[in-house]
Amino acid sequence: MAEPTAAADGSGGARRANLAPLELHVPEPRYRPGDVVDYSHLEIPPAGRAPRPDETCPASETWPLTLDMIRVLDEDNRAIGPWNPALDAETLRRMLRSMALTRAFDDRMYRGQRQGKTSFYMKCTGEEAISVGCAQALASDDMVFPSYRQQGILISRGYPLVQMVNQIYSNRADPLKGRQLPIMYSARDYGFFSISGNLATQFPQAVGWAMASAIKGDTRIATSFVGEGSSAEGDFHAAMTFAAVYNAPVVLNVVNNQWAISSFSGFAGAERTTFAARATGYGIAGLRVDGNDLLAVYAAMRWAADRARANMGPTLIEYFTYRAEGHSTSDDPNAYRSAREATEWPLGDPITRLKNHLIQLGEWSEERHAAMDLEVADQVKVATKEAEANGILGHGLHHPFHTMFEDVFEELPWHLEEQAAQAIRERQTKWPEWKD
Amino acid sequence: MNMIEAINDALDIMMTRDPNVVILGEDVGYFGGVFRATAGLQKKHGRNRVFDSPINECGIIGAAVGMAAYGLRPVPEIQFADYIYPGLDQLVSEAARMRYRSAGEFTSSITIRSPFGGGIFGGQTHSQSPEAMFTHVAGLKTVIPATPHDAKGLLIAAIEDNDPVIFFEPKRIYNGPFDGYYDKPSRTWKGQPGGLVPQGYYCTPLGKARIVREGSAMTVLAYGTMIHVAEAVLAEKGVDAEIIDLRTLVPLDIETVEKSVEKTGRCLVIHEATRTSGFGAELSALVQERCFYHLEAPVERVTGFDTPYPHSLEWAYFPGPVRIGEAVDRLLKD
Repeated sequence: MAEPTAAADGSGGARRANLAPLELHVPEPRYRPGDVVDYSHLEIPPAGRAPRPDETCPASETWPLTLDMIRVLDEDNRAIGPWNPALDAETLRRMLRSMALTRAFDDRMYRGQRQGKTSFYMKCTGEEAISVGCAQALASDDMVFPSYRQQGILISRGYPLVQMVNQIYSNRADPLKGRQLPIMYSARDYGFFSISGNLATQFPQAVGWAMASAIKGDTRIATSFVGEGSSAEGDFHAAMTFAAVYNAPVVLNVVNNQWAISSFSGFAGAERTTFAARATGYGIAGLRVDGNDLLAVYAAMRWAADRARANMGPTLIEYFTYRAEGHSTSDDPNAYRSAREATEWPLGDPITRLKNHLIQLGEWSEERHAAMDLEVADQVKVATKEAEANGILGHGLHHPFHTMFEDVFEELPWHLEEQAAQAIRERQTKWPEWKD
Repeated sequence: MNMIEAINDALDIMMTRDPNVVILGEDVGYFGGVFRATAGLQKKHGRNRVFDSPINECGIIGAAVGMAAYGLRPVPEIQFADYIYPGLDQLVSEAARMRYRSAGEFTSSITIRSPFGGGIFGGQTHSQSPEAMFTHVAGLKTVIPATPHDAKGLLIAAIEDNDPVIFFEPKRIYNGPFDGYYDKPSRTWKGQPGGLVPQGYYCTPLGKARIVREGSAMTVLAYGTMIHVAEAVLAEKGVDAEIIDLRTLVPLDIETVEKSVEKTGRCLVIHEATRTSGFGAELSALVQERCFYHLEAPVERVTGFDTPYPHSLEWAYFPGPVRIGEAVDRLLKD
């Protein structure tokens, strides 16, 4: 046996001369700022190719689908293959409008942040089909446990835009009383669970909600969303394990938009396999979907929702998409990725693709689309003006002071009563005329 | 009843009264729990309401948060308080903040039961007292019973409470009170006043301390196992102390504490947890701030040492009769 010797370079290990030194692999994205982008390495299967097993199939049967990609809209903007949901034109137009409204809302709120009306905003540009397609495929009373980039679900479900803006401006009409960072909505009546800043925590919570629904013999299901970056959190594993063990009626979704702030998907494990492929290791059905193809998104979520409702248990869906804009208003993507990535993204833009499909069907036109864009922009403008009358961040119109201490507990304990009195005293010291 | 039987009884009563009460945790189902706290409950109430869970504390608490959002009243068990940390994010960032961040749209009516405390040769990971990690979190209530009577009443109150409650069960006194004299034969709850547990439903309100013994020489603030150690030491020393079992750490029964210290002018705080930033620091600061002009001596703290909980040197670590006795002497010196 060779006598181990301490390494001279201070690494502390005993190196054997007859073996190559070990190497740490640190993933590196293909393109950095200024690089020419070439997506030829991406395997984009043709639309219509992926088979559609029955919703009640064993989870293992979905294994090939976790490596493939479900796509419905082809190069000629036709809907083809077994996953074509064959939705009527009216529904397609409604969903197109929801996507356009979501994008218009994002654009205006982004500007609002730049104008100082609020502190923070996050767009979902390029990912609108995921929220809107999923919302359409679910029942309105199924509970969604969203991440911070599913605003399209609230919009699809008809949540008032003005309430969204009130929340973003933290004004006196903010349903969350100015307590939450902008976009961390909560809308129980719309089946939209309170958003948390802590990533992936909502994943096991959705499973718990689904378990509760099963315990009570209900028919409602739960669904939750994480980004591919957050799928690295331990909560993801907890959720998958619990969902599998209890056969929970839940649909767990990974929105793979390639980027977690500045970290490309390789840091969540994308170099080795797909995110959908993780499903079958847990005994869960898995689907991988073109996330910019609204029809594919709808069809996959519908399949998974029907499966859950049939007591066949959970599904994990990966939506392959691209985060077309910065992570948030606090982020500059030009500092870490090529500006050409978004424009050359091979799966295109979800709104353009559905628009072209409707035009191809003879159910839409460029003129109608342009008119709709003006309409939704106006709709957002009206809502924004209405919300601004309730105040913008920093302009003093907010909920009464005492509300800061409420809802920590159901009732205010003595120490919070004392602290509330202190806060009001401090206020009066600064502004003697001040009244709550 | 011993404390395990009292807890089991409380769970049974609440499951019978409220169909939304469900129990989950490692080994709690068929087997009835490693400490037998859930024995017989699955058989009686069904697998839909009492079930075993994967070994994943994040999942246990995370699923409970989701169940509570649905409208259930989950009572998850964490097998040892030492193993609650993987679930900490779900507790601190989620359960504790749910009502606040959603402006009351969603709540977390969860009672997390967990055996805690040392004195059982549990070593580093079966002896910890992490209460201060939870009392520091806005939105959580922390409850620790010292008798079977209170364990049942407080657990019923915790399950009925609409806020998330951390319910720490001092496992050293599951089977009988422990006075810190580890070399003497152990006692059972039989015949002890705290072991008299009424049949049926009753509530011991959260946020209300219990005066274990009235006295005038000093106020002793403690909870859990240390109540029994304090009682024995002060009786042995013949000190007429007023011993207060806090029962609920948050929200604290400040009135009872203030009234007592104003009467006695001296205050001794005892807990098993490590000293630095322990809950005793909060108690000591509150007494100093609110009773300063009544104090005739500095507030004394008797605690575990600032080390991980040792195995072989357990009784050198445990805040036993000698350490408490010295603090009592210091307090009474002038």
